[in-house]
Amino acid sequence: MTLADAKVGMTVRIESVEESPMKTRLMAMGLIPNTKAEILQSAPLGDPIAIRLRAYNLALRKDDAKLIQVSL
Amino acid sequence: MAALSVTLTGQPNCGKSSIFNHLTGLRQKVGNFAGVTVERKDATIEYKGRSISIVDLPGAYSLSARSQEEQVVTDYFKENKPDIVVDIIDASNMARNLFLTLQLLEMGVPLIINLNMMDEAEKRGIKIDEMKLEKIFGMPVTNTVGRDNASVRTLLDVFTNTRMSNYKPSELLQAHIDKVNELCRSGLSAEKVEEEIITARYDFIDKVMADAVKVDAANKTLGDTLDKYLANGISSLVILVAMFYLLFQIAFNWIGQPLADMLGEFFEETVAVAATEAMAAAGVADWMQSLVSDGIIVGVGSVLSFVPLIFTLFFCLSFLDGTGYMARVAFVMDPIMRRAGLSGKGIMPLIMGFGCGVPAIMGARTLDSHKDRMISILITPFLTCNAKVPIIALFAAMFFPGNAANIVFAMYFVGLAVAIIMAKVLGLTTFKGHESSFLLELPPYRMPDMKSVLLETWDKGKGYLVKAGTIIFAMSVAIWFLSSFNSDGMTEDMSDSYLAGIGSATSVIFAPQGFDTWEAGAAVVTGVMAKEAVVSTLGILYGAEDISTEAEDAAETSEVMLATDMGTAFTPLAALAFIVFTQLYSPCVTALGTIKKETGSWKWMAFAFVYTCAVAWFASLIVYQGGKLLGFE
Ligand SMILES: Nc1nc2c(ncn2[C@@H]2O[C@H](COP(=O)(O)OP(=O)(O)O)[C@@H](O)[C@H]2O)c(=O)[nH]1
Ligand SMILES: [Mg+2]
Repeated sequence: MTLADAKVGMTVRIESVEESPMKTRLMAMGLIPNTKAEILQSAPLGDPIAIRLRAYNLALRKDDAKLIQVSL
Repeated sequence: MAALSVTLTGQPNCGKSSIFNHLTGLRQKVGNFAGVTVERKDATIEYKGRSISIVDLPGAYSLSARSQEEQVVTDYFKENKPDIVVDIIDASNMARNLFLTLQLLEMGVPLIINLNMMDEAEKRGIKIDEMKLEKIFGMPVTNTVGRDNASVRTLLDVFTNTRMSNYKPSELLQAHIDKVNELCRSGLSAEKVEEEIITARYDFIDKVMADAVKVDAANKTLGDTLDKYLANGISSLVILVAMFYLLFQIAFNWIGQPLADMLGEFFEETVAVAATEAMAAAGVADWMQSLVSDGIIVGVGSVLSFVPLIFTLFFCLSFLDGTGYMARVAFVMDPIMRRAGLSGKGIMPLIMGFGCGVPAIMGARTLDSHKDRMISILITPFLTCNAKVPIIALFAAMFFPGNAANIVFAMYFVGLAVAIIMAKVLGLTTFKGHESSFLLELPPYRMPDMKSVLLETWDKGKGYLVKAGTIIFAMSVAIWFLSSFNSDGMTEDMSDSYLAGIGSATSVIFAPQGFDTWEAGAAVVTGVMAKEAVVSTLGILYGAEDISTEAEDAAETSEVMLATDMGTAFTPLAALAFIVFTQLYSPCVTALGTIKKETGSWKWMAFAFVYTCAVAWFASLIVYQGGKLLGFE
């Protein structure tokens, strides 16, 4: 499952980030394996989504969320 | 003794601006880093007989040079060795904030680690052991509440009393740095190395958090509840529209524009009249009288009349930005703006552009990437600002009496459509490769620090007056000269001036658009001064003095103008081509001056002028020639 598939209210654990130009950017913002993230909400048009990780709230696009493998 | 040099650095939203503002107050100078749209703030203050020069760097999440902010910060530390570097940390968001701290320490920059937002951390049940932090990093640790003046000023003693040479990285930190250096030499691919280093940093941070930070409760905050309405579902869209409406009303109908109009009237009716009378009484030479009343006073008046608008709008924008709401605007609008090659926050300046391009161009500052700022600045001039409405209204009333409202509406649409198309084009050409991605922190909602809001508003107003004002003023005087002189000296008759000469030379290029009269050419030229001038110039040149340039009076004005030669100078199709052209061509002098100031470059100002004229020329060509093909006249 990717972060893009997770439903609002779920808390997931990040497994890995797919190789891509965005990878190191996502990692630098704290999205690294074993970090827990809670899905807070999505924007009215379904994209982007907001998550909470490492005690702060981050918004990211679904396209980028698809790069992130997560588990429950 | 040489001034003590202090540099503030930190991630976005850590409270850096608040701290800088409380340290320096009105002494700050705001400028740009060379060649980029990134803001640089400097100030020199006196404290206990010592002068301290403070630099505020832009907020950066890391030093990876992915954005211009990051590039600027990285370059700054490569080129400068300030006496003191303060790394400001949002204590309620330590884990991510320490990422930059580690990166700076890896670069060999000794730091004072300042924990800001201590009040908020406390509220959230976060307890930080500062002694332990000092031990873990080997660097001094301080704390502040960024919007409390007294708390921030305790830093001044820290600055004067601290010798950074006394601090060395702890063993633990040194081990981390060695590991990073080893990874760099490991011969792995650059990406792999970076991934490993990022992981190592977060490993270190996790250790710090476990050792020195205790979190008692992490329950739902008020912000989460607010976000359910402000950043979620239909309510977020309704609130967004209401917010725009309110902002627009405040700036253009309730406070900003009415004040601007009063100021403009005062200049025209009181200052100019009094000056003319005084000079006439003193027997001052005619050309001097004209220079003062038609050149200088009009120039100063046009600069000043934008000031209330800029102050009002920036007060509102700085306030909204300080609350954290602007990040939600970006969040909600992202999917729509993305289609146009822009990012969500860009909606704000764009909406302002329908009132006036000048604050809209300045508002681009609030955007997150250089690409977004430049595109926003360059497309704003296409929008239908208040000053263009009288042109459309007059031509619509004169040549399309049955359809005037439709024509006005169509022109709003044309302006917006061209802006969106050009955003796409610029994004794919000139600014290609600068990825406009979207990783946006949604900071907690906060009551803005009023001192910061007022200082920011003041900076914007002052920057406009000093930087843009001088350019606008010089251009006003130049246009005065062109419209009141010819090769024989001064002339009362504008149709005999240099300007008329330029107008008739210019009009040649409008032959394919069907409005190649010298009057139209001259109106186009004066329109660069201010779009309102298009209507008044046509009035003067067609011999109808003293016509109103207000859109509401368009019906009356059109009757007057139809009686002149103008009624037959344009066919309806040529009139349509003319309004399309004036909609899209060059930003007015005030906007051009603002573009120069915001981009810090004459080149971009020239580009804005040339490319908008080219777009306008082609668009009006398509309207005229296309219309003819379809059998219109
Ligand atoms: N509660 C609290 N709010 C703060 C503190 N410092 C700054 N703020 C607020 O946090 C928001 C962001 O601050 P700002 O100085 O603009 O952050 P910057 O992005 O780092 O320049 C503003 O609304 C400030 O008023 C603090 O110590 N405590
Ligand atoms: Mg700031």
